Amino acid sequence: MAEEKMTKKKMSKASKNAFLNYGIVLAFFVIFQVLSSTGILSNSLKGQLIPVVSYMIMAVSLNLVVGISGELSLGHAGFMSIGAFTGVVVEAVILSNSPAAATLSKNLGLQILILVASIVAGAIIAGVAGVLIGIPVLRLNGDYLAIVTLAFGEIIKNLLYCLYIYIDDTGLHFSLDPTSLAGTTVLNGPMGATSIKKISIFAAGIVLLLVVLVIVQNLVNSRSGRAIMAIRDNRIAAEASGLHITKYKMMAFVTSSALAGAAGALYALNYSTIVPKKFDFNTSILILVFVVLGGIGNMTGALIAAAVLTVLPEMLRDFQDYRMLVYAIVLILVMLLTNNERVKVFLAGLFNKKKSKDDAKEVA
Amino acid sequence: MLTYLINGISLGSVYAIIALGYTMVYGIAKMLNFAHGDVIMVGGYASFCTMTYLGWPPALAVLFSMVVCTILGIVVERLAYKPLRNATSLAVLITAIGVSYFLQNAALLIWTSNPKVFPDIFASIPPLVIGHAEVAADGTQSGGIVISATTLITILVNIAIMVGLTLFTSKTKMGKAMRAVSEDKGAATLMGINVDFTISMTFAIGSGLAAIAGVLLCTAYPNLVPTTGAMPGIKAFVAAVFGGIGSIPGAMLGGILLGVIEIIARALVPSVPSDIFVFAVLIIVLLVKPSGLLGKQIREKV
Repeated sequence: MAEEKMTKKKMSKASKNAFLNYGIVLAFFVIFQVLSSTGILSNSLKGQLIPVVSYMIMAVSLNLVVGISGELSLGHAGFMSIGAFTGVVVEAVILSNSPAAATLSKNLGLQILILVASIVAGAIIAGVAGVLIGIPVLRLNGDYLAIVTLAFGEIIKNLLYCLYIYIDDTGLHFSLDPTSLAGTTVLNGPMGATSIKKISIFAAGIVLLLVVLVIVQNLVNSRSGRAIMAIRDNRIAAEASGLHITKYKMMAFVTSSALAGAAGALYALNYSTIVPKKFDFNTSILILVFVVLGGIGNMTGALIAAAVLTVLPEMLRDFQDYRMLVYAIVLILVMLLTNNERVKVFLAGLFNKKKSKDDAKEVA
Repeated sequence: MLTYLINGISLGSVYAIIALGYTMVYGIAKMLNFAHGDVIMVGGYASFCTMTYLGWPPALAVLFSMVVCTILGIVVERLAYKPLRNATSLAVLITAIGVSYFLQNAALLIWTSNPKVFPDIFASIPPLVIGHAEVAADGTQSGGIVISATTLITILVNIAIMVGLTLFTSKTKMGKAMRAVSEDKGAATLMGINVDFTISMTFAIGSGLAAIAGVLLCTAYPNLVPTTGAMPGIKAFVAAVFGGIGSIPGAMLGGILLGVIEIIARALVPSVPSDIFVFAVLIIVLLVKPSGLLGKQIREKV
């Protein structure tokens, strides 16, 4: 009887957290939509809205790997770039075949259609890349896994550097040779994609973010999610309990990379030009900072950290030079403090009430 | 082809010296010191500044940069890594990334992103010519092999460090203490070894070597920027894993093989960035033999 009550209470806590996140996202949308329509929001900040949403998705998806699955991935931007350039290619292909392309800027329905197609394609291709990369990577543990994901991130970036894509009368062509470019250039190696039609919409980004949150939070609170966390907490014990380690790790990793791909497509279609260098190791680290600062494994924290840390530097332009330096110090300090015995005791004292409640629950 | 091979060995020697720092720290502290590559960059800047601005002779500048890096290594270890000795490897790795970022951005603020041109400290030494080589006016060579002084000295320094370090770990008391700590920290403490001091010493030696690597790297590739150390650092880690992390001869072998692979790949397929091959090597090695070429197989204990 008591047990039943406890699980019920826990479930409600988990879904309370989930609804808190949906609420935050909706509030964020309403506030910024009102601000931008009343003209209070400066243009540079308005331009940041879609990147902020993309980074929020990135942070939530990386949190699935780092926080829930407990594996440090340093190549998350690689999946974002796969999604981004897939999205760009899909957009170009649709536009080249569509007679309505000329009136694109007035045709909101077509814009949304292309955006959805690009995001879905970006997610699928990034998910496939996640499977291909996950097979070798997830056989490793800890530091090795981190380094190999970094290596894959670099490989993806370098491959994009020497990839040329163009559309001519006979269709879409991929090439490694820059001299073969003909017709409409879609991707020009290191120069990236230079003629993207900007079709990303803030509201669509928010919808995508909500979808991502639904997926991630339901995964985390499902049987599979608990299995993933059990593997994180003790791999050997989880294996001994009959959990299929690779399957569950793969589930978290591929979901995360597919979501990153969706974020990438949303991000890329907000700009007219996008270069592969945008998605380098620095971007991976930036997203990691969001996750760490928001509290590893905490989705609400990741959302807030991603929003604040993307908007804040925009508002503190003079501070720009010191931004990365401050991030580095923050990263070190957060790690030192959260692992310091004295701070742990202090925090425990601070949340004493809550903790004793939890303890009582455990006893019960 | 032989020229490529020699250039590869030279580049690989730099990787090997950096990889030694990784492998020693990993062997003893069981942590991946992500900031190691950036210590190289600091070493490069330290010797650049003393030589260019203060006009110090190269030998003195190298010595100075070694001192700077050694101190830096010890300070970083004390401030950032020591408090996390019992933390999870995820926490330590994120901290190390933080340190790496801190060093890069501090360097960016101090020296800006404009590349500094590192002086060729071996310019006065003539290149070694094997056979009858002719160098045309446009720099192309025909016949024989010309090995630049930088290449030759890099390889020689590498061999000297290798021999010195092997003797150090096998013969001296400190070296033995290091091996003991890497075998079993608890048992080493019981035997009266000061584990903290030993780990600090390891960081000191690794960082000192990084300074040498920094000077050699910058002499070969004279553009010095705050991110100079990042890529070679990662590649040296690949080299350390390739050879078997924790093993000193492994780091040497892995570094040289990696350098040769990179140079030959660059020569054979110039249109594809050679980094792809380097990382592909890492992935293949980890899949086929995760313990590396000369590494020990570690059994997992429950």
